[in-house]
Amino acid sequence: MDTGGTRIGRVAGMRPGTMATMASALLLAMTLMPAAASLAAAPAVDAIERPLVDGATDPLRGRAIALGRDGNCLLCHGLVDAGRPTGNLAPPLDGVAARLGAGQIRQRVVNPALTNPNTIMPAYFVVDGLRQVAEPWRGKPILDAQQIEDLVAWLQTLR
Amino acid sequence: MRAVLPCAWLLAVVLACAGCTVRESADPGTTGVHAAPVRPVPLQQGSVFAPPSVQAMQADEFENPGMLWVARGAKLWRQPEGSGARSCADCHGDAGSMRGAATRYPQVDPASGQLLDLEGRIMQCRSERQQAAPLAWESEPLLALTAWVAFQSRGLPMQVSIDGPARPFFERGRERYQQRVGQMNLSCSQCHDANWGRQLGAETISQGHGTGYPVYRLEWQGAGSLQRRLRSCLSGVRAEMFPYGSQEHLELSLYLAWRAGGLAIEAPGVRR
Repeated sequence: MDTGGTRIGRVAGMRPGTMATMASALLLAMTLMPAAASLAAAPAVDAIERPLVDGATDPLRGRAIALGRDGNCLLCHGLVDAGRPTGNLAPPLDGVAARLGAGQIRQRVVNPALTNPNTIMPAYFVVDGLRQVAEPWRGKPILDAQQIEDLVAWLQTLR
Repeated sequence: MRAVLPCAWLLAVVLACAGCTVRESADPGTTGVHAAPVRPVPLQQGSVFAPPSVQAMQADEFENPGMLWVARGAKLWRQPEGSGARSCADCHGDAGSMRGAATRYPQVDPASGQLLDLEGRIMQCRSERQQAAPLAWESEPLLALTAWVAFQSRGLPMQVSIDGPARPFFERGRERYQQRVGQMNLSCSQCHDANWGRQLGAETISQGHGTGYPVYRLEWQGAGSLQRRLRSCLSGVRAEMFPYGSQEHLELSLYLAWRAGGLAIEAPGVRR
């Protein structure tokens, strides 16, 4: 469902559901409303304080998302206790919660281009402004709203 | 504290990017990932970024599985085909005649104005000169013949023309190389200009040169063309793949070949 109509600001479709989800979707769309027509031209929005979904989050599920194929975070980010080779294209996840607040972490997962237009990091919760997306993923965000919140919950434990 | 640390993080990112810029750019005045086309400095073969065991496999002609395709290509070179029952060798002679050929592809075919890669040239020769049934893109005989022809140029530097009729193809390939695509929203340049040498999981990101193609790739358990590799990359960033033989592939291949200018052909390469 369309959450607002800004192009890159139009965040990914929320999980089908509750009014609460709708409300947070609208709120997020409004937060991002100043965003310009493309990922690269978006102005700096340093934090998204409002969670994308209300209700419980599960940091352990978040960890599984980060380490597994859904998030694939360790392709680029290091993590000391990953137990396997990790990437070094991006800052290590260790200590991220000491460097960034929850809202800042959420912003960097949802749409990191808001603070760094040239970032190589994909936006995990944006569906517009992308080109040539393969059919299975077209119109879909990399993670859904609940997954983002679980991931953010886990990242907040990395002090 | 919280206000300071994010700045430190951003600074680290900026510094990291500045580092890439210095490394990627031979020309002064170019910046960042959207810079004017430049060759990586220093130019390094794809094999340099492969694990030592894979490098050793490539270097030893008896160990290199790609040599099976070369050997098969040598046989096909002498095999009569088509209505005139003519072989490649009937016109071109022996292996020596192909020395250096692969260093000049992709190139524009003067008669048709089409951009052809080495596979495309072999297929054109087959249909027009031999009047034989076409080979499918990525078919084993086409890979074999291409591997054999490319092998004749092993050690010779890439030197494609990007002037005259090739220029528009080159420019479009260059643009496409910089274009962010797919759900992952990544361009070729963001990995292969700005981040080569760094780790993507267990993989070391290469400079993205096609000088080893066709390669034997362990992941494929077989040989594959540069076009196949481009499709793998596109699939990796969750982008729609271009079809074999597409203009997009050929233009990108020309840009890549220019970018690898001066690097020696190392076909058949071996990759993970």
